[in-house]
Amino acid sequence: MTHSIKDNPITDKKAMHQKTIADIIAGLNAGEFTSVEITQHYLNRIKQLDGTYNSFITVNEESALAQAEAADKRRAEGDAPALCGVPIAHKDIFCTNGVRTSCGSKMLDNFVPPYDATVVENFANAGAVVLGKTNMDEFAMGSSNETSFYGPVKNPWDTNTVPGGSSGGSAAAVAAHLTPGATATDTGGSIRQPAALCGITGLKPTYGRVSRWGMIAFASSLDQGGPMARTAEDCALLLNVMASFDPKDSTSIDREVPDYTANLNQPLDGLKVGIPKEYFEEGLNPGTEQAVHDALAELEKQGATLVSISLPHTKLAVPAYYVIAPAEASANLSRFDGVRYGHRCEDPKDLRDMYMRTRAEGFGDEVKRRILVGAYCLSAGYYDAYYRKAQQVRRLIKQDFVDAFEQVDVIMGPTSPSPAFEFGAKGDDPVAMYLEDIYTIATNLAGLPGMSVPCGLVDDKPVGLQIIGNYFDESRMLNVAHQFQQVTDWHQQAPTGIDVEGAE
Amino acid sequence: MTIERTDIEKLAELARIELNEATIAETTQSIADVLALVDQLQAADTEGVEPMAHPTDAVQRLRADEVTETNHREAFQAIAPATEAGLYLVPKVID
Repeated sequence: MTHSIKDNPITDKKAMHQKTIADIIAGLNAGEFTSVEITQHYLNRIKQLDGTYNSFITVNEESALAQAEAADKRRAEGDAPALCGVPIAHKDIFCTNGVRTSCGSKMLDNFVPPYDATVVENFANAGAVVLGKTNMDEFAMGSSNETSFYGPVKNPWDTNTVPGGSSGGSAAAVAAHLTPGATATDTGGSIRQPAALCGITGLKPTYGRVSRWGMIAFASSLDQGGPMARTAEDCALLLNVMASFDPKDSTSIDREVPDYTANLNQPLDGLKVGIPKEYFEEGLNPGTEQAVHDALAELEKQGATLVSISLPHTKLAVPAYYVIAPAEASANLSRFDGVRYGHRCEDPKDLRDMYMRTRAEGFGDEVKRRILVGAYCLSAGYYDAYYRKAQQVRRLIKQDFVDAFEQVDVIMGPTSPSPAFEFGAKGDDPVAMYLEDIYTIATNLAGLPGMSVPCGLVDDKPVGLQIIGNYFDESRMLNVAHQFQQVTDWHQQAPTGIDVEGAE
Repeated sequence: MTIERTDIEKLAELARIELNEATIAETTQSIADVLALVDQLQAADTEGVEPMAHPTDAVQRLRADEVTETNHREAFQAIAPATEAGLYLVPKVID
């Protein structure tokens, strides 16, 4: 069942933390509240609630208030950039000058970067206030946030369940209204899957759209940063700041960044939506399937046409990914050797001992597993059978999408096979966990943009609708998501238990 | 393809990760499970398909050969486990 929009509460009657980023900008512009006030409000909420959710690794109370004060001053002087005074949070994978950046790992527990990631710099230039750094699966390897050195994040909708991963901290913080928006990264679904499981909106842009400079690398040909927020409109506002051409990132695309809010209000008349049959086969939770079908029916009412399509190599995406991602990770993570920064073991007896024990102590089990799998796939005698083969399959997967986009404007389906699962449910079975990303991984392999939008609740747990766009077609995806959010209110649903005394 | 304890030991040596004796059997099994998943690739017909290294087949951008970075040695070494006189210290390699 789709909820219709109830009488919209008047913006200024919303509690401070119920405001969207668009509301906050309007409120700051109108002088209804200051950045210091709203920043303090969020810091109070984090203090009171995050003991339960564990969505932040580091909270920057002092610097956030100083940034808020500076933003208020700038605004008073008539110099207010796009996000002047708007509080946000950064995933703890983005390097922040002078603020510990752990990547969820013991290896980097003591790492305080001497520089800012380009994404962090972009937000600073736009006047945003950084509340803190959010929890994540170790080195972004995971789909449940259970691999974090700092303990798992709890899903605000049901604290017995996972928030998804790897950007589970960012997703949970947005869902629990501990921040109106956050940065995140997506290598195989790490923005979209936690967005789906936490009932928020998240967008992974086209590969190369957001700078990877200062974003700790996992699998460099797949990693891409993107925004998380409660609405598509807010994601557009964040992406406007986050996306840029960066000469310091050799894979950054030199292409103008459009205003992602410009097309939000376009009607959906004539929109062709591809529905891949492979995304509705065995393994999909029936409640999730129903919610996605209801969402598609809603879009049809708005003038969209549904077109059945096939992405025939879908089943090969997870196997190809688990060659390519670990292979790239094994190379990228070789830099963590205890020499220049991060963890070093006690009393190494020689250089080899230092490497071996530093890495054994600093990395968790899943990270070690992926490094070993990657080393295997790249090792002498196996390279052609694994790595080369996976790269060939990768091209077939991309070609499926290229063919589909000849017929349709966007592709839609579920973001994840089922709603949030309980802690430990996937146990020690890495393959069961890997299949959590079965609908999201192909998009990364192809380098395409993908998005997740709340589209229902199953057993009181959120379900995400995935929207996959053509290369650099983020504007259209945001337009579709925004139009969907004009006639549904799934994105306005909030978990119970996030309203606390004194933090109203 | 089967994977043995000795394979895991060799990989761990290559990757410079000391293995935990207590969990080595478990590690071997879980890596065997992942490789079984990955082996599904072998069924794919990839005859004549060009391997894909980059989603949009972009090529490396070149820049002028000019110094653009300033020296950050102090900032970088301030976070290092051990340094001396501008050098990173590691256990002795050669006697």
